[in-house]
Amino acid sequence: MQSSSQTISVTPINQHASVNRWRSALGGYIGLIATLAAMVVLFGSLSKYFLTADTFITIANDIPALAIMAVGMTYVLVIAGIDLSIGSVMALGAAITAIALQQWQWGVLAAALLGLMVGLGCGLVTGMVSVGWRLPSFIVSLGMLEIARGSAYIATDSRTQYIGSNVEWLSAPIAGGISPAFILALVIVIVAQIVLSRTVFGRYMIGIGTNEEAMRLAGVDPRPVKVVVFALLGVLASLAGLIQTSRLEAADPNMGVGMELQVIAAVVIGGTSLMGGRGSVINTFFGVLIIAVLEAGLAQVGASDPTKRIITGCVIVAAVVLDMIRERRRTRHA
Amino acid sequence: MSGVPADGFTSLDVAMTPPTPLLRVTGISKHYATPVLSDIALDLHAGEVLALTGENGAGKSTLSKIICGLVQPTTGTLTLTGQPFQPASRSHAERLGVRMVMQELSLIPTLSVAENLLLDKLPHRFGMIDQRALYEQAKRQMAVIGLDDIDPGVLVGSLGIGHQQMVEIARNLVGDCKLLILDEPTAMLTDREIAHLFEQIARLKARGVGIVYISHRLDELQRIADRVAVLRDGRLVDVRPMADVTQDELVQRMVGHVVDEGAQRPRRVAGAVRLEVRGLHCGEQVQAVDLSLHAGEIMGLAGLVGAGRTELLRLIFGADRKDGGELFLDRKAQPVTIDSPMTAIRHGIGLVTEDRKAQGLLLNQSIRVNTTLANLAAVNRRGWLNYAEEHDVTRRLTDILRVKYGSVEQVVGELSGGNQQKVVFARWLHRDCNVLLLDEPTRGVDIGARADLYQELDRLAADGKAMLMVSSDLRELMTVCDRIGVMSAGRLVGVFERGEWTEQILLEACFSGYANLTPTPQSAAASL
Ligand SMILES: Nc1ncnc2c1ncn2[C@@H]1O[C@H](COP(=O)(O)OP(=O)(O)OP(=O)(O)O)[C@@H](O)[C@H]1O
Ligand SMILES: [Mg+2]
Repeated sequence: MQSSSQTISVTPINQHASVNRWRSALGGYIGLIATLAAMVVLFGSLSKYFLTADTFITIANDIPALAIMAVGMTYVLVIAGIDLSIGSVMALGAAITAIALQQWQWGVLAAALLGLMVGLGCGLVTGMVSVGWRLPSFIVSLGMLEIARGSAYIATDSRTQYIGSNVEWLSAPIAGGISPAFILALVIVIVAQIVLSRTVFGRYMIGIGTNEEAMRLAGVDPRPVKVVVFALLGVLASLAGLIQTSRLEAADPNMGVGMELQVIAAVVIGGTSLMGGRGSVINTFFGVLIIAVLEAGLAQVGASDPTKRIITGCVIVAAVVLDMIRERRRTRHA
Repeated sequence: MSGVPADGFTSLDVAMTPPTPLLRVTGISKHYATPVLSDIALDLHAGEVLALTGENGAGKSTLSKIICGLVQPTTGTLTLTGQPFQPASRSHAERLGVRMVMQELSLIPTLSVAENLLLDKLPHRFGMIDQRALYEQAKRQMAVIGLDDIDPGVLVGSLGIGHQQMVEIARNLVGDCKLLILDEPTAMLTDREIAHLFEQIARLKARGVGIVYISHRLDELQRIADRVAVLRDGRLVDVRPMADVTQDELVQRMVGHVVDEGAQRPRRVAGAVRLEVRGLHCGEQVQAVDLSLHAGEIMGLAGLVGAGRTELLRLIFGADRKDGGELFLDRKAQPVTIDSPMTAIRHGIGLVTEDRKAQGLLLNQSIRVNTTLANLAAVNRRGWLNYAEEHDVTRRLTDILRVKYGSVEQVVGELSGGNQQKVVFARWLHRDCNVLLLDEPTRGVDIGARADLYQELDRLAADGKAMLMVSSDLRELMTVCDRIGVMSAGRLVGVFERGEWTEQILLEACFSGYANLTPTPQSAAASL
């Protein structure tokens, strides 16, 4: 069959498309970087203490726990799920680690591993229940939120467990205010981005978030993928709990109350869709930076807690609106 | 009037007819990343059926969407009965009497048939929906298109795509419509439903409604159209009375060369049995089906909408749970257990789904992602995807099927309907299955590309693959298949060898399972 009707020359269109692609990929970062820069400039001009090493160290210390959970949450949102339990899971993991260290006299490594296993267990349960019975992960994780929080209270007898300087090294600055936890968070972000965009597993996640039935009919079982993603977030949440414990030198059963919303906000500011199928871990990291800078900046200029919350709320909505406009302009679907 | 295309054979009969046309399209262009429509000028008169044809991606759907307010043109104007007409949205256009049956159905799957049909005017009393009135009105509307056997209370999402298509049509056959656009309404319908549709078109036409009718089935155009307009690469290359053109000329205009659809089909010798199905059943939809599929053959599956053809394929593929029955592969004595698509694919069985939007494609992912989806094993090294290889594979397969696209990174949802369909097919070419189940594989695919697709099927058959193909187009099955099985009301009522069948015999078999139906004169005359 001769293809005489194919009169479209492919090369110029191709170039055009790849230029567009670059622009949109960069555009994704540029929007967030510009927002971040604007905030730094704004706070810098409002407070003369903002552009100092102290602020930098505060932010760098705030970030790891948030960033690590946001990575896992990005995956969960990509597969069109959600997990509200992470704040509680974080507290439970930390509590168990502290108990093991203090009461059972376990070694640091064993206690930390036990904490991570508890997080893994919580994530697995959330994942398996919601996948097995096809329940919305919203509901199941809401249940897990209560269960894990209650368990943390029982485990700690509702008292903050002091562990001394056992794992302090994790959050102690080693160079220029940067702690091992910060480096760990960065590594996790980078690896997670590569896994998402470059591996078969990442492709499965994106496909499942886009059209689960189509994935099933293409021969991919969505169930194990989804369970793994929830389990991973569980582990990451308890890792964040460990980092928080090392900072405070204590495990507080009230740790991470409301943290899930902050994490979801960071992920969504980064442009990950709540509808699934679209997301970027790198952009999530920028979202985390924006939240952290906002927090630190507002504290510096002396904003009251209610004002802080109002402004944070506005920033979240504005970021999502901007992202939506950008996305619409890109696809221009009818 | 601007915009007479440069081609020689233009015969735009605008401005000659004294009465104001119902719809006048002037200088309409639409650009996305590339131009999609250039300078279209066209008139449509009241009581006229205008056929709109052209290859996949020629711009037919885009032009229709502009007319009904779903897409805004880059340049150009429209007038409706002489008044400037700038629909800002679909509901705006509908208020002015312009309706469209979309190629990609626009129904809400989580609402019932009745609610979908009457969505903009739900009958209510004191703010509560009046269920009885709702169902009564819906029933009346459904009877018009011959949908009597469906309960208006069932959710649209649970219907087969053929029935969904009929609901979409019924939804638009109401109200005081002045202009009705039908974008490939028959791509999934069989002769019985088409007969109903054509009756309604005739009725609307007599009432003075202007109709734009888009289809890749050229014999249909000859039955109902008064004039035909041909689009090629976004330009209007020809408008003329239907009576003045033959099918061959039309194809020549559309594609630019002659397409010889099934002239020399290879005579095939069927090999050993690849797949044997014994006593497969599932509720009312599939009852005690036995069939065997040989290596190197294409077996067709004919039947009316709702006869259980899709359901049978899905059961074989493990996509739905069966009530009973056994599958045997490659003449092994032990039956294989196939309880999910995953196991089916592991056993070398593939399914090209009929509903590309809901079950086939990841609409907002790229062509590349969609093409390699069923066979990522071939493009990764220890879990790491090889983009370059994916890219090459996609280029190769989409070239074979002549998918029209900007780049393989383009989002699949931006492709025209026929080109999306080719991507679904390309995915299964990549997977290389031994048994390929094809559910309406040529849905919405144009004549030229259809011939390419048939060639691919022939090649697969020559490679010893076994294929089971559902199509609502009997002529297509008669062209492509070595044997044709006919399903009627959930049963496989007959299997015919090439040479044994005539259209009449097949049609009678299609109807044989329904006591209250007989082949109507219209449907028997479908091939006129
Ligand atoms: N939202 C969009 N963004 C970019 N390109 C688009 C978009 N929508 C349509 N196109 C392009 O416009 C061209 C015409 O598409 P259209 O759907 O009108 O074709 P068609 O004639 O209806 O084809 P088919 O017979 O396959 O239905 C195609 O090449 C398609 O890729
Ligand atoms: Mg179309």
